Amino acid sequence: MNPESNVVEVTLESDLKNVEVAEEISLRVASTAGFGEEDQHRIEMAVHESMINAIWHGNKNDHSKSVWLRFQIHRDRLEIRIRDQGKGFDLKHIPDPLADENLLNVSGRGIFLIRSFMDEFRVEQIAGAGTEVTMVKLRDPGIQTKQGGTDREHESHNTTG
Amino acid sequence: MSMKATIRQVDSVTVVDVSGRITLGEGCMQLRELIRDQLSKGNKKILLNLADVTYIDSSGIGELVSGFTGVAKQGGSLKLLNLTKKVHDLLQITKLYTVFDIHDDEARAIGSFEKASTA
Repeated sequence: MNPESNVVEVTLESDLKNVEVAEEISLRVASTAGFGEEDQHRIEMAVHESMINAIWHGNKNDHSKSVWLRFQIHRDRLEIRIRDQGKGFDLKHIPDPLADENLLNVSGRGIFLIRSFMDEFRVEQIAGAGTEVTMVKLRDPGIQTKQGGTDREHESHNTTG
Repeated sequence: MSMKATIRQVDSVTVVDVSGRITLGEGCMQLRELIRDQLSKGNKKILLNLADVTYIDSSGIGELVSGFTGVAKQGGSLKLLNLTKKVHDLLQITKLYTVFDIHDDEARAIGSFEKASTA
């Protein structure tokens, strides 16, 4: 195993029931990367919110579409990429949920939570493929990658179709 | 585990013991219907006991806000009891901790409804 190139890749059917599958994977990867319980939960929540965005907003809850996830443990960070088949969104158009006029809004906190829980967050349009979000959580350089879980250099699953 | 709720009446206050996940889909829908149902029965003092809530997402937070404003519009009040650390942290970072009336003692929480109605 090369701890600097641990990768888990999975493609899931675009169905809300798979949000919990993605959460489970994120918890295992975060644990393997050596994150503590609190950070594991934050990473899990960031993945949960991104999955909801991908399935609900990106793929419009169309079960014939899919969501692709990639987790990579680097020496200094955990990088998570989640790609849907939607048209994407502009971060500039997302209202600030902490503004007084938005505080009692029913929706609009998902991206805010992701940004609060992760160290980096960006959105990219992939030509012909959809929208990809990349989230990064920095690792404490002193933390060693645990054995097991993602101890294969490249683990890939496909549950679509 | 999806959301579960049991309802008890303590004096004039409807206490809802919520457990499981309040997330987009079933959990949020159940909570919405539950609050709507209580309001239709004229129960406008609602105390949500969140001690056994294992997970809440941004949609779940939105549902709490929706319940809070919906009950207030009917002249009632919705309060929260026994937040887990996870829920507490989420309400703090979303600045909602100061919006909700939050308690960690059920008797005092119930008493606070009475004080409000006699004030």
